[in-house]
Amino acid sequence: MSTAFAEQFGTARPEGPAWLTAIRERAMANFQASGFPTTRNEDWHFTNPAPIAESTFHAMRAPTGALTGDQLTPWLFGEPTWPRLVFVNGRYVSSLSRTDGLDGIKVMSLAVAFREEPSLLEKHLTRQAETDDPAQVFAALNTALMQDGAVIQVPKGVTAASPIQLLFLSDSVAEGGASHPRVLIVAERESQATIIEQYASVGGTRYFTNAVAEAWVGEGATLSLFRLQQEARDAFHVGTTVVHQERNSHFLSFSFATGADLSRINVYSELRGPGCGATLNGLYMLGGTQHCDHQTRIEHVEPDCYSRELYKGVLDGASHGVFNGKVYVHPAAQKTDGKQTNNTLLLSERARIDTKPQLEIFADDVKCTHGATVGRIDEMALFYMKSRGIPNAEARKLLTYAFAAEVLETIPVDALRQGLERLALERFTGSADI
Amino acid sequence: MIQINDLHASVSGKEILRGVSLELNAGEVHAIMGPNGSGKSTLAQVLAGHPGYEITSGSVTYQGKDLLDMEPEERAQAGVFLAFQYPVEIPGVSNAYFLRSAYNEIRKARKEPEADPIEFLDIVSERLKLVDLDESMLTRSVNAGFSGGEKKRNEILQLAVLDPVLAILDETDSGLDIDALRTVADGVNKLRSTGNAFLVVTHYQRLLNYIVPDRVHVLVDGRIARSGGKELALELEERGYDWVTAEQGAGA
Repeated sequence: MSTAFAEQFGTARPEGPAWLTAIRERAMANFQASGFPTTRNEDWHFTNPAPIAESTFHAMRAPTGALTGDQLTPWLFGEPTWPRLVFVNGRYVSSLSRTDGLDGIKVMSLAVAFREEPSLLEKHLTRQAETDDPAQVFAALNTALMQDGAVIQVPKGVTAASPIQLLFLSDSVAEGGASHPRVLIVAERESQATIIEQYASVGGTRYFTNAVAEAWVGEGATLSLFRLQQEARDAFHVGTTVVHQERNSHFLSFSFATGADLSRINVYSELRGPGCGATLNGLYMLGGTQHCDHQTRIEHVEPDCYSRELYKGVLDGASHGVFNGKVYVHPAAQKTDGKQTNNTLLLSERARIDTKPQLEIFADDVKCTHGATVGRIDEMALFYMKSRGIPNAEARKLLTYAFAAEVLETIPVDALRQGLERLALERFTGSADI
Repeated sequence: MIQINDLHASVSGKEILRGVSLELNAGEVHAIMGPNGSGKSTLAQVLAGHPGYEITSGSVTYQGKDLLDMEPEERAQAGVFLAFQYPVEIPGVSNAYFLRSAYNEIRKARKEPEADPIEFLDIVSERLKLVDLDESMLTRSVNAGFSGGEKKRNEILQLAVLDPVLAILDETDSGLDIDALRTVADGVNKLRSTGNAFLVVTHYQRLLNYIVPDRVHVLVDGRIARSGGKELALELEERGYDWVTAEQGAGA
């Protein structure tokens, strides 16, 4: 119930600088005025957040403290030397984190940044995420209640030597709790960085993660943000990523979603200067009664920008996938080159997808296409594989993997791509070598 | 090895095979010829277990077993192989993985040890030379973006790797230039042995200059209208199919 969050805001107000107080109050007021969205809200038409709205979540309990480095291993991709910030139940855990080898890149928890980087936060924190729109009350709630999270600043001209991993875990005492992690990324002019933002669980059950990430990508900078939603199967997850792009900057986003009972992931990018590129890709693999909704929005504000979008879904059981991709081309955004695709593979008669690619074009000299397909396993390919001796079940799994592999192949970080390919393969075939 | 007896098959209620009988023994090569629409490819696909056809009557006995009662993968594991007229593209699955999976499934069925990726590479490298394909094709997706000739050679590569007992070639010659045709035929000839048999389905006689059959059967309107030795193929090349059709019409 929304009152529980309001009470929490009243009694245990999170810390932060003075300038943030008014912003938090306004966000909470907006949240209370609108309440949780219903399916009457166009942006929530296919996703009913009632299971979240009707639960009473308390502030997340402090972690048990028993989590060891070994328990992180299944969630770490690539080299063990990659820098990482680890959060358990929404709180930064320095003993599990690793912040050496950063070469001038600032990487710290939000709680620390409140003390050490006040001017950086004042300039960028809460500047991208929309909190007035009734469809965005989860972001408003995060703004009101955020306590911890990650702050990354990549200085001008610096290229991060390796990906930086942000791992948000929920442990066995997370039951019934809600956390509101906040991520702020500032990629200064002509810098380059790759960030993995990951939500997972070690022994967690039914909890609620309400995350917001804001990124500011400076002129000529490149930011790659890989978002992995691997929450516990009974958990709730709402995540919003909002990106501001300056002239000639590039943003690469990948949303990998396999967890949670109910999840909603928003990825929004505003191309605010000419010559920008935005690539938004994703893969959702659902089963049982899982529900996962992706909403993307690309704002082409300035001319000569491109955007590419490929989302693929594999739906089994009675799962429900939603894809709502919006591309707005503003009147000044001439020579926009946009392409958006959503392909879904249904493995079961009971699985369902609602897909709604939307293009709104207000400029006259643009090249934009969009399309969606929904299909089942190709019977001819299945027969071909079986005619070579591959059993039916194995052939179906292999074809399913192959469908998913097309979008995983777009991940340029080898270790991450291989890690996610392995996860997909294990999910479909029980084998891990292809 | 295989006895086909009065086989009838239809698709969407339309009868395509209308009583085909044929026997093939180990060490033999038989050719099935016939005009377009005579049911040649249907026969090939029915033997491999294509799900799109309904068998309305007749029987097929393969090595003493009821072939029609077996799933496509069971047929393959028992040594039946169909080289497809139109090989299927499978983006996202590498040739190497696909071939090794198939190879190991067949080894398993034969109660032979499976090959690991390194051992398998040795096996496949040898066979690649046979069909003049480059090793780089192994990392590409199955048939995806292959030229027509590459697809056909890939079928023969699979045949060479899987080492079937009964190989059915469905218009493997269609769309091949003469050099590719010779490569494919040479590959097949090297694989011929006293233990296996080939059923070669073709519209044209030219493939049979290179793969010389023991018997030639002419399929017309879903039935074998005429059978003979390899010289029958030459006669068909010279006179076309009309005279066989006319004869069958006269005899009916």
